[in-house]
Amino acid sequence: MRFITKYKNIFALINGLLLILAGIFKLINLNIGTEWALIIAGIVGVVPIGMQAISALKIKVISIDVLVTIAVIGAILINEPVEAAVVTFLFLFGNYLEQKTLAKTRSAIKELAKITPKTALKIVDQQPQIVEIDEVEIGDQIQVNAGMQAPVDGEILYGDGYFNESAVTGESKFMNKSIGDSVFAGTSLENGSVIVKTGRVGEDTVFGKIVELVEDAQDDKSTQEQFIDHFSKYYTPIILLLAIVVGLITRNLQLAITILVLGCPGALVIGVPVSNVAGIGRGAKQGVLIKGGQVMSTFKKVDTMIFDKTGTLTVGRPAVTTVVNFNGEQKVALEMVAAVEQKVSHPLADAIVKFVAPTTDFMVNELMVIKGRGVAANVNKVKVLIGNQAMMREQQINVSEVMEKQLDNLSQNNQTVVIVAIDGVVRLIIGIKDVIRPEVAESLIKLRKLGIKRMVMLTGDTQISGEIIAKEARIDEIHGNLLPADKAEFIKQLQANGHKVAFVGDGINDSPSLKIAEIGIAMGNGTDVAIETSDVVLLKSDFGKLVESYRLSQRTVRNMYENIGIALGTVLLLFIGLWLGFIYMASGMLIHEISILIVVVNAMRLLSVSKNLTDINYLSTKIKYNK
Amino acid sequence: MKKVILKLDELSCPSCMVKINKAVAEIPGVTNSKVLFNASKVKLDLNEQQNSAQTVAKVVEDLGYQVLEIKEKELI
Repeated sequence: MRFITKYKNIFALINGLLLILAGIFKLINLNIGTEWALIIAGIVGVVPIGMQAISALKIKVISIDVLVTIAVIGAILINEPVEAAVVTFLFLFGNYLEQKTLAKTRSAIKELAKITPKTALKIVDQQPQIVEIDEVEIGDQIQVNAGMQAPVDGEILYGDGYFNESAVTGESKFMNKSIGDSVFAGTSLENGSVIVKTGRVGEDTVFGKIVELVEDAQDDKSTQEQFIDHFSKYYTPIILLLAIVVGLITRNLQLAITILVLGCPGALVIGVPVSNVAGIGRGAKQGVLIKGGQVMSTFKKVDTMIFDKTGTLTVGRPAVTTVVNFNGEQKVALEMVAAVEQKVSHPLADAIVKFVAPTTDFMVNELMVIKGRGVAANVNKVKVLIGNQAMMREQQINVSEVMEKQLDNLSQNNQTVVIVAIDGVVRLIIGIKDVIRPEVAESLIKLRKLGIKRMVMLTGDTQISGEIIAKEARIDEIHGNLLPADKAEFIKQLQANGHKVAFVGDGINDSPSLKIAEIGIAMGNGTDVAIETSDVVLLKSDFGKLVESYRLSQRTVRNMYENIGIALGTVLLLFIGLWLGFIYMASGMLIHEISILIVVVNAMRLLSVSKNLTDINYLSTKIKYNK
Repeated sequence: MKKVILKLDELSCPSCMVKINKAVAEIPGVTNSKVLFNASKVKLDLNEQQNSAQTVAKVVEDLGYQVLEIKEKELI
């Protein structure tokens, strides 16, 4: 049995060669040769098909193989060897092409799974040894050198280096990691060398979970696919029954077996899953994980999107937005501040350091952090105070009326204000704010165009700070001061009013909302929690990916419907052709095989990256199809 | 109980999937079996007192599908 399925393609080849031979015999008018070549071709062709038919019948499934086998045997019996030989050849050759093209639609996910290394450098008796990845166990010490990928998740025991974490975050950014830091399988070490203590291996690693998720997603059945499965369960037996009934009534065996071939549901059973796998593969390739066909079809129906504020619409890290200079040179003052802040661990300090890019020209001494106030230090023997108004008052620094006015302005604009006094004089006022992601406003316009009718921002922050961000993002509805439970309640309300809701959050503290919404979308976070609780994971913190995932689900669902249409249309046309009298067994099979290739190629269109799905001009030409 | 993952040679017809699924689900000791068509994998939970992963692989091979790899993991 295995022998035959394994060499199915060889059977197809012999079958095809015999057909050619029959043609040659025909040319030299050796009729007896033609006939026997065709009969043998038919028999060689039907063996592998018949074997599969028998194994299907054993478990009480009437598969396509069963229909084709009966038809071919019938054709040989009524002395139609041409039909028998050609039908088997087309069926086998079609299968072969189907296999090849299917592999192509699956390639995106295959590439993903291929990323993790198959071997590891395990430290045995203080010497690195190459071992199979399956032999690595938790607690083993693994060496990773520059240019290699980490084969496991774990913690660095020795060494340091720069890791490219694009495999788990989608962001091609280098992270400096040293002793005690976590390393993820699939991420690559750009330089340096480390020894990692294994924490998780194989499917348990973060990357392994991502791959598993994508694999499961491809086979998760969409509503459309469930319908087709249900349909084909009855469809093939009905065709068989129809052929028997027609055969008995008309006593025309040829007509009966033709019906068997024409009724094959080939494109129907492959059409929907192939769209699904291509759509999910396309997403995975670009850092958008969509958890299956079911999610695709639901996502497409979403009309309301709810956004969390901090970390979703905003960057989630405060950044310097304003610097007001009062006395002296701004650049030097800022560099002095950065030199101090570099030694302090605080979100505001980080924001300043990031803004200034510190130099090494300054000596910082006597650094003192004053809780709830700020920080004081000597920079190149000059006293520097960095802090809030309370700090300046306590240190008896004079803050003029002009400065007071600036401070009020900034606070009203929802900025956190830092005052810098150097040598007893106020030099700078720095405004720091959590800023909106740069691509938000544009992305939301696109989403509206694509069919999202209502957008709402929900935040645990105050109403006012929410409104400031909402204005920039051009969201008209905002609700502040909400706890995670309140957000979930709000979504329930919308759903009760018949809305299909997608919730977009950072995947950490909004799990109730992510679960309750029809579609939960976690942004910029390849962590376990995000992967488990949400329906769509955007590996990159890029708002544009949100538009892409919505557009992709629309396109994939449309592709499924196109394929269902092509498949059903083919069967319908074939029967009309039969009725009008210009379709027979072999031509029917040919058209069937062509229709299968058409649906696969149609699905492949989803994979082509050449078209920028979210380009605004491209979108506006396409919008009308989705209305 | 063990979680068993069989990696198969590329599956190309959805009806193969139905066949494998039915055959595997009937093996004593197998629960939660699932055939992943696109990933060409069979996933199942197995009570190893009743049957071994090799037996399951043999059933699949007897249907005519090559098993490339067998992975077993203890379920806690």
